[in-house]
Amino acid sequence: MKEQPSATRRQMLAAAGGLGLVLIVRPAQAQLQANPAALNAAIRQVTGGARLNKGRVHLDVPPLSENGNTVALGVSVDSPMTPEDHVKAIHVFSEKNPQPNIVSVRLGPRAGKAGITTRMRLADTQTITAVAELSDGSFWTETGHVIITLGACLEDVI
Amino acid sequence: MARALINVPAKARKGDVIEIKTLISHVMESGFRRTQTGEAIPRDIVTAFACTYNGEEIFAAQLYPAISANPFITFHTVATESGTFEFKWTGDNGFAATETAKIVVE
Amino acid sequence: MTSGWASLRRLAPAVFVLAATAIVTASAEIPLNERRSGYADLGRETKAMQDDDTANPGMLAVLDGEALWSAKAGSAGRSCADCHGDARTSMKGVAARYPAFDAKAGRPVNIEQRINLCRDERQQAKPFAYESRDMLALSAFVGLQSRGQPIAPPDDARLQPFRDAGRDTYNRRQGQLNLACGHCHDDNRGQRLAGIVIPQAHPTGYPLYRLEWQSVGSLQRRLRNCLIGMRAEHYAYGAPEYVELETYLMWRARGMPMETPAVRP
Repeated sequence: MKEQPSATRRQMLAAAGGLGLVLIVRPAQAQLQANPAALNAAIRQVTGGARLNKGRVHLDVPPLSENGNTVALGVSVDSPMTPEDHVKAIHVFSEKNPQPNIVSVRLGPRAGKAGITTRMRLADTQTITAVAELSDGSFWTETGHVIITLGACLEDVI
Repeated sequence: MARALINVPAKARKGDVIEIKTLISHVMESGFRRTQTGEAIPRDIVTAFACTYNGEEIFAAQLYPAISANPFITFHTVATESGTFEFKWTGDNGFAATETAKIVVE
Repeated sequence: MTSGWASLRRLAPAVFVLAATAIVTASAEIPLNERRSGYADLGRETKAMQDDDTANPGMLAVLDGEALWSAKAGSAGRSCADCHGDARTSMKGVAARYPAFDAKAGRPVNIEQRINLCRDERQQAKPFAYESRDMLALSAFVGLQSRGQPIAPPDDARLQPFRDAGRDTYNRRQGQLNLACGHCHDDNRGQRLAGIVIPQAHPTGYPLYRLEWQSVGSLQRRLRNCLIGMRAEHYAYGAPEYVELETYLMWRARGMPMETPAVRP
């Protein structure tokens, strides 16, 4: 994840210039590539290949996060949460983390409201996908984008 | 025993949807990090969380290495009757922790 | 008139020197009413973490500290509570007054060193290591009792030379980047360094939970972090230079409310 030591050591190369100007140069750190195959395989594992409908799911992620170690994540789904019509599960996926799964939760009509929050690690700026499984067997999805910013003065790892 | 913080309203009206917040102390070592000498640090995470309300499961979560250190999870439930919530976390290396919280439903 | 001009001209170099000295040492200092806690620059989500005790992982350390407070320790078999009673009253405002002068040591000690003095003298217990889980826990628990209290460095003349030494360290260029603390935290406060707003470096919330660390850490760990960023040699934990810096920084933040355990990126 983003706390790989090699990256951290290289992350800050700074040079003090004249006139009190300080220039921070972040060397071209190998940009993490999205891995759509892994992401799609992980999603297929929960949907069984069923059609993904856009909507009903609300993904609450910050557009900009101060640190990839702790990124707020909220997911809610429009549902009456009755025994006949409720959300059975919510899954959240990453496209750039070493593993696509972030969290999966199981809930039911006793929840009263289909809304959860947690905190996640993101290896890089990326798009997050949430998938909700409803009691009628349908799947609904929403995506959100998070930009990860980094501080300048990072501590050596371990 | 790992420390945990639970926030459940002490009192609720029957039928109210209440929010439950949980925070537990755990490093959530991802298994993807290396030491400065290049050795892989083995994964050590909480893999599962569950909450029961008077014995019946009302919420469960499967956690992956992408969950931040000291996992924080919030969710909802309908206050149906007075009783006890039990929270259980399990994970790598035999990790297990349990907490309870009481609620009075009027 | 001419003699007046002559004396003024003779004075001029001295005035210039004084003004220059003022610029070097004092003008960088942030006016009291312009000071702001790093909290003010946090994102919405990080503020929410600090504001809600159930969401703040620093509170897990506080819980550990609460248990340590009443646990018997050392060959004296005595707990903190045996001497100090209820921390909510006995420790209220204490962390806001440290570092304080210790007559026996002949120099200021910070709250961690005060805890270890108690362990040594009263409990006859082994000292906690710096940054150990127990030290962070107990100092977080003691710190929490001052949450909301204004930082109140003791009005103690014996502290002055150490505060001055701390200010000198703060304003001295160090490391391969040839930077002083004040270059970032006074002169360029509020600007951005990479993705983060440069804070004013007021130690209002230590020990605090840092997202980068994914754990709680002390002010000395943060200072060490800064020195590494400056490519300067850092000191050993507990070094006099750190305690002097703490003494100066707490004075610089005098009157600002304590936030322990704070949350920072």
